Amino acid sequence: MNIKLNKIIPQLITLFAVILVFGFLTYNAQVNMDNRGIEFGFGFLTQESSFDVQFSLIDYDGSHSYARAYLVGLLNTLLVAFIGIILSTILGIIVGIARLSPNYLIERTAAFYVEFFRNVPLLLQIFFWYFAALRALPLPQDTEPMFGVFFLTIKGLFVPRFVWENLDIFFYSIIAVIISIIVIKNYARKLQENEGKQLPVFSISVGLFIILPLLSFLVGGVSLNFSIPELEQMSNTSFKYKGGLGIPPELIALTLALGLYTATFIAECVRAGIQGISKGQKEAAASIGLTPRQILKLVVMPQALRIIIPPTTNQYLNLTKNSSLAAAIAYPDLVLIFAGTALMQTGRAIEIVSITMFTYLSISLSISVLMNWYNKKIAIKEK
Amino acid sequence: MFKLIKQLTSLAAVVAVLFAFTTETMAAKKSKTLKNTQKKGFVRCGVSQGLPGFSNADAAGNWTGVDVDVCRAVAAAVLGDANKVKFTPLSAKERFTALTSGEIDILSRNTTWTLSRDADIGLTFVGVNFYDGQGFMVRKNSGYSSVNDFKDGISACTNLGTTTELNMRDFFNSKGISYEPVTFEKADEVVAAYDAGRCDTYTTDKSGLAAQRIKLSAPDDHIVLPETISKEPLGPVVRQGDSVWEDIVRWSLNVMIEAEEYGVNSANADSMKTSDNPAVKRLVGAEGELGAAFGLDNDWSLRIIKQVGNYGESYKRNIADTGILPDRGPNELWTKGGILYVPPAR
Repeated sequence: MNIKLNKIIPQLITLFAVILVFGFLTYNAQVNMDNRGIEFGFGFLTQESSFDVQFSLIDYDGSHSYARAYLVGLLNTLLVAFIGIILSTILGIIVGIARLSPNYLIERTAAFYVEFFRNVPLLLQIFFWYFAALRALPLPQDTEPMFGVFFLTIKGLFVPRFVWENLDIFFYSIIAVIISIIVIKNYARKLQENEGKQLPVFSISVGLFIILPLLSFLVGGVSLNFSIPELEQMSNTSFKYKGGLGIPPELIALTLALGLYTATFIAECVRAGIQGISKGQKEAAASIGLTPRQILKLVVMPQALRIIIPPTTNQYLNLTKNSSLAAAIAYPDLVLIFAGTALMQTGRAIEIVSITMFTYLSISLSISVLMNWYNKKIAIKEK
Repeated sequence: MFKLIKQLTSLAAVVAVLFAFTTETMAAKKSKTLKNTQKKGFVRCGVSQGLPGFSNADAAGNWTGVDVDVCRAVAAAVLGDANKVKFTPLSAKERFTALTSGEIDILSRNTTWTLSRDADIGLTFVGVNFYDGQGFMVRKNSGYSSVNDFKDGISACTNLGTTTELNMRDFFNSKGISYEPVTFEKADEVVAAYDAGRCDTYTTDKSGLAAQRIKLSAPDDHIVLPETISKEPLGPVVRQGDSVWEDIVRWSLNVMIEAEEYGVNSANADSMKTSDNPAVKRLVGAEGELGAAFGLDNDWSLRIIKQVGNYGESYKRNIADTGILPDRGPNELWTKGGILYVPPAR
């Protein structure tokens, strides 16, 4: 009884202190806001925002509400985080492996890349890509197309846009491919366990991926056209592209900077993971007759991933939070649209900053949960 | 001998205390901001991060501009020295929070007076020190000679969190033109992006366009289109809830404008004490008790005129002589065809 009480009392005191501190902060804010005639409330979210945004994934203009503007910002932040994470992961793995290459030139290049990009402040790199690198790009009227259809200009990258017909049937074919691959994989595993036979799962999967969508084109009535960007003159010196898909230079600069910066840290995680596997493991695997590819797939990678995943999760979180630096170069992310323009136009600093903080917290926690689940899945299962 | 000195010092102390009590009038007691300012010994003033003519710091860190002069006028009135100002450079995004949170006491940062700002977020606008309007800058060789030449798909660079951003939408919507807004937090970044060709046009207040143009790599290759698409009355702002402080800032600005109207300037202010015109005598503190209402002495307005100058001097020094906007336009006195008209100081 006594021991139990001794354990609980400090906890209760701490809880009480925390509530007291938060209570005081809330009370203090309330009193000061009252004194200055500022009202607290989230009613502004339904008001008309009356400002436009340069780049949006959903339908939006100034006649929509502030809540919609928040959603636009959130989606733009998630877009940067998503592209940035994919870019940095691919690059990070390549560079991480390159750092272990026996080839002196490749190893040194990778090392130089890592040391250079991780030691220059990120904001400077963003400014570099936006103001220095993109500034060197030609104006739309001076741009030579790449492969005839891509236009890289100071106003952004303009690429052909897909124009689908019967897109839903194409989607169904992709879903069918995924389901059949899972079925085949399960069957292959059973076959291996029961009879020791191996199925070429990879080749079958690739084949399915080509055949089924192709069938949807031939039989299902799916068709795909391209809308190619065309230069149109607005005045003597201003031009724009008609048709196609425009990717704003702000998005390019931001994802490039975030990807290149974070990739250096992921490269080091990958290197640490691979070097953390003792040589004996590989030699033992080779001695029981596994091929080099099987060694990597079945022995080295499963163990290396356990070392790689936790620090890489940190890097994903950093990348997502760093994407808020977008505000410096006019990419309309959550901070720029919501904690910037919307805050300014409504003056609701406390409400908007709390919503923004809570949003970043939620994004980070979601990534964390996802990565922890994956980490648990690949962890050693002790029987 | 020693005793005498001791007695004298205690007498002096008593006199000083009595003096302090008498000078601290009801107004000063009521105004927390005035009391704090006098205690600190400097006026805390929020300005821009560098807008030539309005608030701009030179290499030595000395601030100049018409917005800066409003704060200097308040310092001259309240503390007796126009140099006792601490300037805090603020972005458009930070400015109102800095004021409402009490980090600064005057916001004099080319800020547009609008209903929602005045009524909604705990601010009070005290007057207008520059009548402005939003315009567009384009490249000279672009072929645009009017905003009516703009076509669908035009990209426009501007500052985020400003009335400019809202006016721009109203303007393009009313014309039925689709546009691409590219908004930056800092003015320097807007200029750099426009200069590089990211945008076809740069839009902000016309005074801002004129001031920022000198930062472009080839200023002469750009023109400001003739149309003005909005009303932008720019003026100093204070926190809501301190009416005495609000009055001090309002009348410090009004005195500068009225001084110009009556021909009182920094050079002739002292000699105007013997003027025949009672209005002039009131302005320089030779008649009436105008300062008492704020809890200030009677020379407060004389100090403003002597140390900062009248509005015309401030405009000439900061905006006309620097080549930003030599023509005063609407910022001329009402007696000379402009719209500067202030209530009488009496």
